Parts: sequence; C-alpha cells; structure tokens
Amino acid sequence: MFDFLEGYDVLGAFWMTVKLTALSAVGSLIWGTLLAAMRVSPVPLMRGFGTAYVNIVRNIPLTVIIVFASLGLADIFGVTMGAADNFDVQGFRLAVLGFVVYTASFVCEAIRSGINTVPLGQAEAARAIGLNFSQTLRLIVLPQAFRSVIGPLANVLIALTKNTTVAAAIGVAEAAALMKTMIENEAQTLAIGAVFALGFVVLTLPTGLLLGWLAKRLAVKR
Amino acid sequence: MTEVSVAKEDVAATGELVVLKSVNKHFGALHVLQDIDLTIARGEVVVVIGPSGSGKSTLCRTINRLETIDTGSITIDGKPLPQEGKELARLRADVGMVFQSFNLFAHKTVLENVMLGQIKVRKADKKQAEEKARALLDRVGVATQADKYPAQLSGGQQQRVAIARALAMDPKVMLFDEPTSALDPEMINEVLEVMQQLARDGMTMIVVTHEMGFARSAANRVVFMADGRIVEEAAPDQFFSNPRSDRAKDFLSKILHH
Repeated sequence: MFDFLEGYDVLGAFWMTVKLTALSAVGSLIWGTLLAAMRVSPVPLMRGFGTAYVNIVRNIPLTVIIVFASLGLADIFGVTMGAADNFDVQGFRLAVLGFVVYTASFVCEAIRSGINTVPLGQAEAARAIGLNFSQTLRLIVLPQAFRSVIGPLANVLIALTKNTTVAAAIGVAEAAALMKTMIENEAQTLAIGAVFALGFVVLTLPTGLLLGWLAKRLAVKR
Repeated sequence: MTEVSVAKEDVAATGELVVLKSVNKHFGALHVLQDIDLTIARGEVVVVIGPSGSGKSTLCRTINRLETIDTGSITIDGKPLPQEGKELARLRADVGMVFQSFNLFAHKTVLENVMLGQIKVRKADKKQAEEKARALLDRVGVATQADKYPAQLSGGQQQRVAIARALAMDPKVMLFDEPTSALDPEMINEVLEVMQQLARDGMTMIVVTHEMGFARSAANRVVFMADGRIVEEAAPDQFFSNPRSDRAKDFLSKILHH
C-alpha cells in the first residue's frame, strides 16, 4: 500500500527540514532577543533600528527573502556562506540566513510583548540596587519576559517549521521539495500529500505540547 | 508601637548626607516639586508625610534618580547625583530603596533576591553573599523562608525581604516609599518593627509614610508636604501636638480624630 514511498528518502528529507528548523530557531531566537533589547534600549538610534527592522522585514513575503538570499546575495553579491563550490551546502546556509532574518522579527515582537508583561517595579528595583541597564535586562527583565512568552514563541516555532518548506524554492532538499518530486513521478497524489502533512504534524504537535507544558511549569507567579 | 522609643538625642549629626537644593520637577503641567530644600544629616530619620498627590513619593524617588529633576541639585555624601550610566548605578547601590509594592524579583528565591546585588554589583563571592543574605534574613525575621519564591510569602514577609535586599548593599541611606501602604493591617507592625530597629541602629532613613505612630516614635524630624512644597518641618512631638501651619492642622485633624 505504501510502495509509492520506495526509492525515496522521505526520512532524509524530513531530517533536512528538522535541521533547517533547528538552526533557524536558534539563530532567530538570538537575533530576535537582540532586536527586542534594541527596541527597549534607552539609545534612540538602536530603538529606531529595531523598529525599522521589524516593520520592514515582517512585511516582506518569506519567499521573496529566501529567493533574494539565493539570487541576490549569492549570485549578485557573491555571498556564498563559505561554500562557493558546494551548491547544496550554500543553499542550505542561505536558507537558514533567510529564515533567521525573517523569523527574528516575529521573535522580537513576542519577546517585546513579554517585556511589557514584567511590572515596571521589577526594573526599578533592579536599578535601585545598582544594576546597570544591561544587567537589569539580562538578569531581571528578560528571564521573566521569556517565561511569559513561551506560548507565543511556540507559535513562532511551529510557523517556522512549516515555513522551511519555502527553502524548496532555492533547491534545498527538504520535505516539500521531495513531495513535489514524488507528486510529479507517482500516481498517488493524495496519499503523498497525506504522508507529508502527517510528517509535519508529527514534528510540530509535540513541539506545541512540550512548550505548552513548559510555559505552565515556568510561569512566574506574582 | 508606642513603647518603642528611640533615643533621639543620641543620634549625633555628623555632617550632611543628603542635600536637596531648590529642586523643581514637573509632570507635564503639574508642578510636583516646588523649590524643595531639604538636608538630611548622617544617622537622621526623617519622616515625610502629607496628603496624597503632595509629591512626597516623587521626592523620595528623586533621591536615587528613579525620577529625574528639572532644576536644582541633589548631593549625596558631598557628591552631586550623576547622570545615567555607571556612576549612577554605583550611587544607587549606596542608596537603599524600599517600595510600596515590594518589587521582589519574582523569578528568584528570597535568598537569591538578597544575594543578587552583592554578587553582581559589589562583586562579592557567592559564599560570602549567601552568609550575609542569611544573616540579614534572620535579622528581619524571615530566615525560614529563604528558599521560597516571593509569591509564596505574605506581604509583610515580602517587605521585610525587600528591606534585607536593600541592606545587603550596605547603603549609606535608606529610602522608604510608603513601605506599609500595600499591607494588610495585621502585617504593618512586623515591618515597622524592623524599621524601628534600623533607626535604633543609626541608619539614615527617609521614610514616606502614613504611619503617624512610626513618625512619632522613630523620627528625628517630620517633614510635612502639600501641593509639591515642604510646608512644615519640625520634631515629631512639636509637629503632632502643636503644628504651626493651617495646612498641617487641617491634615492632622482629618487623620487623627477617629
């Protein structure tokens, strides 16, 4: 019944999806946190940059960003991410770069809303014992902000997992790229669609459940 | 509280610790601090009272620059209050602050709350910081709660931890911004007792409060504020028994007669 799967490396393709997701998630969490720090910083230039970045990037379609990463960055500007002669590796790295650039704007906004849930008195108390701006943010505000936005961040992560299918547009051999190939070659279009849909649910459902559980466990009691 | 009387005469004024000179501040059109001149000597306990909206909390918060001022000057231990930055952070470490809403770090245990400033600001090592934190928690009577989170404590306990957190920095002066106003009545005394003890130990304190009993028994001086001005300054006995200004008479008649 599942003989249409023979000869295709479905697991390998999903493994590529997982790698894309994991690296992009880590990258966008770091970059998004830095952006959020900029957006609440007392330095007007940083605030301006953070605000402009988020408002520009999150309004550009992901496909445009990913295709630009390949056709623009790599082909025109020669940004090959240290893999000029290996097209697969180069495409993978450019895709991760594109996902980080894009997803970080959503991570930033999630974290910024989390920062807004931390009562002003927390930062005041931190400053009152002599912590500077960066210590106040790192030790007091962000740890509480993160805990209150695990749920929204889980949404971003789930969206990112599914967004990685866009990497197929620049030839990264992830799940959606394989699905397209299989649909072209095999007759069982519905079954193939179902297999890949299920694959993504298998990836994202536990993510959502696990992070939902974490959100409850780590919630800051006030 | 009345049996606790502080030996006020023993407090030797050894110089001016906090000096405010013609301080002005506006919140938009509202002139919240108007030409405030106030000098607090080392070891002195000054209680600031007045109707709400009189600017007493704002006054308290300007002393460690949680509120900026428009004009005038504030000096602490001879040094003018620095602008934002490292210098300001250093100064704030020397000025303890206790808030109305406690503001304990909600994601840290009681012990961590008291250790944090010592480690991150005073660069104390962890073991010393913990020893000192436990000693201070013991001093304010919440040693057994050290490993709990703030939300698990009563308001009175939280405020005592907040006092310990401020004391852990070895401050030169302590600011109390209505420390008992958010507390249930039966918890007010446990906090006031800790403050009385501090006053007896010679800590320089500026206390914004509505607790007249505390003002009577622990203060060296009462500062009465109304509409952004210091209307009257006097020793507590004199202020409560024989206020000079009409505004103070009016205020006292409203709070003392029931």
